[in-house]
Amino acid sequence: MNHWAHFPHEADVGIRGVGDSKQEAFEQAAMALTAVVTDQQRIAPLEEVTITCSAPDDELLLVDWLNALIYEMATRKMLFARFEVHLSGRDLTAKAWGEKVDVARHEPAVEPKGACYTELVVRQNPTGAWIAQCVVDV
Amino acid sequence: MDLQKFTQLSETEWRVEAFDGMRVPGVIFGTEELIRQMDQKVFEQLINVACLPGIVKAAYAMPDAHWGYGFPIGGVAAFDPDRGGVVSAGGVGFDISCGVRSLRTGLRVEDVQSVKARLADVLFRRIPAGVGSRGRLRLDRFDVDAMLCGGAQWAVERGYGVKQDLERIEERGCMKGAKPMAVSDHAKNRQRDEMGTLGSGNHYLEVQSVAKVFDVEAASALGIQEGEVVISIHCGSRGLGHQIGTEFLKEMVVAAADSDIDLPDRELACAPIHSEIGERYLGAMRAAINCALANRQILTHLLRQAMQEVFPGAELTLIYDVSHNTCKVEEHPVNGRSMRLYVHRKGATRAFGPGHPDLPDALRATGQPVLIGGTMGTASYILIGTKESEKHSFSSSCHGAGRQMSRHQALKNWQGRQVVDDLAKRGILVRSPSYRGVAEEAPGAYKDVSAVVDAADRAELSRKVARLEPLITIKG
Repeated sequence: MNHWAHFPHEADVGIRGVGDSKQEAFEQAAMALTAVVTDQQRIAPLEEVTITCSAPDDELLLVDWLNALIYEMATRKMLFARFEVHLSGRDLTAKAWGEKVDVARHEPAVEPKGACYTELVVRQNPTGAWIAQCVVDV
Repeated sequence: MDLQKFTQLSETEWRVEAFDGMRVPGVIFGTEELIRQMDQKVFEQLINVACLPGIVKAAYAMPDAHWGYGFPIGGVAAFDPDRGGVVSAGGVGFDISCGVRSLRTGLRVEDVQSVKARLADVLFRRIPAGVGSRGRLRLDRFDVDAMLCGGAQWAVERGYGVKQDLERIEERGCMKGAKPMAVSDHAKNRQRDEMGTLGSGNHYLEVQSVAKVFDVEAASALGIQEGEVVISIHCGSRGLGHQIGTEFLKEMVVAAADSDIDLPDRELACAPIHSEIGERYLGAMRAAINCALANRQILTHLLRQAMQEVFPGAELTLIYDVSHNTCKVEEHPVNGRSMRLYVHRKGATRAFGPGHPDLPDALRATGQPVLIGGTMGTASYILIGTKESEKHSFSSSCHGAGRQMSRHQALKNWQGRQVVDDLAKRGILVRSPSYRGVAEEAPGAYKDVSAVVDAADRAELSRKVARLEPLITIKG
């Protein structure tokens, strides 16, 4: 059931993670974020980075998680392909695996500037699936 | 967009009176055709902006308006600090002080045609562009703070450019009131090796021909003629601005309730101008403006070096440098009296008319140049500010073509390689590290920039001076 998708936004791009649990939806949203930049299949999960963040509610926590990833991508010049998220109340601890940007191999299309509150949703569907989505400014 | 709620005031001005929580009316500039093409979300976002505390006169949308986050992109709103007015991190956006700078080259189109491929390669090699690119300049923490205070002035003092450049930059190249202390270590860290980089997405460096002059007198004042070559740079404050936007957006969302601000959309995160957060944001945002000005100044230096390699002795002089994601303190007449307002322009260009005291001497009689970036397959425009735009839109005009299609849809419609090949057949050389990036920025993904600019001209927001057509585009 776990998967990710992009949804249209006129100027930027919407990212959506769907998972059996909230954690998995957050992991899938991160996959969708990477897919804004490049095809994840091209990224080797060689290097591990630990990320922690906290926020007053689930939706702000999703934005914080994605923005923490964007910060790591920007400062380490890395792309990530695998994620492991743990949620405890309003605290998130995660590991992300990836590698340094290789322009020739990754052909990165665009750099995410920040995750927005536009179309921001974290909720559980009546079917039981968790959705975690927002628009990312690129 | 559904126009039912609007009253048409002229061919290019549409107004929706205040309803529900709106404190002021909403006004959209554009032809009926352009406005009907806009997403309904532009209407919703315009209405939401009109609900913010302390907003003065109206919430405005320019002819290139499209669905943004919080504010529509192409949105303008001014706030009175003495009537609870707010400053909004969402109203400035992530790419603080993103803008356009255009330079004269003194070259004719025929000079460039014979060496176009070589020039494209040299520019692509020398201008750091795209995801993961690094600038050659490394700043320690003292340098970063000096840069954040000094902007392009700092860059010129460091040897990146000449003093004359500063006359042709908004704020003379240095935004006053910047507070490096208000900028987080994360934001400074994110900028560590990004000075002098173009970025990605819709950012570019473009060699352009002056294809048509509409106003010979104004063009002459700007020093441009048909058949000449100009070069334009479109980029902003890079990672530092993005990080400041990210951090203050969250802080303002969380703090809004403490200030009794009921946000119609969390993306409109704002704080009273007279508040600790508001003042801290203004200090950080102004520092980011200086970062953008310094960045475009360093890129100009790299561009000049590249041009020397192909055209020894060529002199590049600034036409002007505008920022289109800002909040600036300006004096504007409202109901017959001058007011000091905090004017947010989100994807909108300041367009001071002739005689404005903030213009440099050489441009005071002409008005402020308004530099409109188009697409790599169509055109860009130079316009000039009008006196009329003062009463219409707090002296503001459009900023670009505006997207009409999501990146998602653009990727379905075009292959990057095909776009590059098709443009090459038309004599436009594109250099980019990413074909996918090119596909997402395909000319067809944007509105007709000429229709947008014509509407801005007819609405008296700014007046057309010249049309620029691309010869070489370096895409990030």
